[in-house]
Amino acid sequence: MKQENVIEVEGLSKKFGDFKAVDAITFEVKRGEIFGFLGANGAGKTTAMKMLIGISTPTSGKASVADFDVYTHAEDIKKNIGYMSQKFALYDDLSVKENITFFGGIYGLSRAQIKDKTAQLIEELGLQEVANQLVGSLPLGWKQKISFSVALLHDPKIVFLDEPTGGVDPITRRQFWEMIYKTANNGTTIFVTTHYMDEAEYCDRVSIMVNGKIEALDTPERLKKQFSVTNMNDVFLKLARG
Amino acid sequence: MSISVQHISKSYKDVKALNNISFEVNEGELFGLIGPDGAGKTTLFRILTTLLIAEKGSATVAGFDVLDDYKSIRNHVGYMPGRFSLYQDLTVEENLNFFATIFGTTVEENYDLIKDIYVQIEPFKKRRAGKLSGGMKQKLALCCALIHKPKVLFLDEPTTGVDPVSRKEFWEMLKRLQQKGITILVSTPYMDEAALCDRIALIQGGEILQIDTPPEIVKHYPKKLYNVGADNMYKLIETLKGYEHQYSVYPFGEFVHYTDNRSDFNSKELKLYLETMNLSNISIEITKPTIEDTFMELARL
Repeated sequence: MKQENVIEVEGLSKKFGDFKAVDAITFEVKRGEIFGFLGANGAGKTTAMKMLIGISTPTSGKASVADFDVYTHAEDIKKNIGYMSQKFALYDDLSVKENITFFGGIYGLSRAQIKDKTAQLIEELGLQEVANQLVGSLPLGWKQKISFSVALLHDPKIVFLDEPTGGVDPITRRQFWEMIYKTANNGTTIFVTTHYMDEAEYCDRVSIMVNGKIEALDTPERLKKQFSVTNMNDVFLKLARG
Repeated sequence: MSISVQHISKSYKDVKALNNISFEVNEGELFGLIGPDGAGKTTLFRILTTLLIAEKGSATVAGFDVLDDYKSIRNHVGYMPGRFSLYQDLTVEENLNFFATIFGTTVEENYDLIKDIYVQIEPFKKRRAGKLSGGMKQKLALCCALIHKPKVLFLDEPTTGVDPVSRKEFWEMLKRLQQKGITILVSTPYMDEAALCDRIALIQGGEILQIDTPPEIVKHYPKKLYNVGADNMYKLIETLKGYEHQYSVYPFGEFVHYTDNRSDFNSKELKLYLETMNLSNISIEITKPTIEDTFMELARL
């Protein structure tokens, strides 16, 4: 079932001088899977993710994302994935509608498509009252939900979420995860990093990076069994510092 | 009393950042302000460290009034803001010396206070602060906030964006500082860290929802809480939300935390309902509420 893998990575490495930021990692992610990508600060997560989204060229190894090679088809990868991070989300000085129009244009949607998508998004997220307000005036939790929806505007095969819920209140955090479940249920693959270990439990499979290598990769249930602990936090604590 | 806050309010234009906040922190206490972004935590820190003036109310820190004795407060508190605020172009060593000199002391004089933390970054003492990793920056910032032996330490979200291992180490450092007699006011959006404080205030939307010790906070949880598990998480959440008797449904790790709006809840009945909705491998067990459950229950009221 090779065609069911939307990410395939084999021996992927990235060196900065003598420093191996990512050291020969190998894994696959299936269609519709929620894949948690964990690791301590400095373990190499961001470097690995940058290679997968086509903005950093690997030093060695193989990787394909949405059937495109990271070396030769980085531009095609960018068109076929969604990306959202806590640091860069939306433009605060544009309204909700303007942001959707802007990102729709960036992703190459037609005017008619943008119009349809805007109406659909505003309806689904219940944003009728704030559609013309500047995004900067909205609570963080709303921004994150809109930002996630915007990352899905062009119906990408995979969406990369880099610490999407940092600082968000616990109720909104859960609403956000319900959106993730729904999206995955529709067949979109979710690739997510987080420092909330309860969120690691929501993933179908979880990988944990330590010093550039993937030291564990399995379902949360099997990882907990493997390390004889009752929660993902303890799995993480046992692994991340040896 | 180390910190006393009485009826403090502060607005930015038409946004009420703090609305009539009152609480007290005892000497030597490790007190946590627990709440999400936008709760008003940073505004409160800025008022208590005399960087911002409240519209209403009064506050004292280490016995000094935030308005009348603001200069004394600045000499007696350490403050680590949420955003990294050291000099990026100075080395580790230079930053530390700079802050010691500003406060009229030397690194040697109070070295025992920072020793545990400083030895971890000492190998990099010639490195510019801007070139440090996140974890090391945080340790250096803590050293600089401690170098004049403050009576009260203010830490604004020191662990945000920090991985679980480094967070655990950071809290161990705080516990050691507390044993040296320093009062600590710390804010965090991570509910699991709340359990490590002596007392906590749950804060959201500029208002305090509750103040108590962590074990007492969870006792206020008003309902019986159940862990519900099944094979398909997404379908389980959707199905529970569609159940006519549900009061709250929140994903919580590998389970869903469920409460029912009837007093005579029958788990067999719920199980039957889930089975008829084609869920498999169903488990329903009573569980203990966490601080996060309590926070969510208070926040939805």
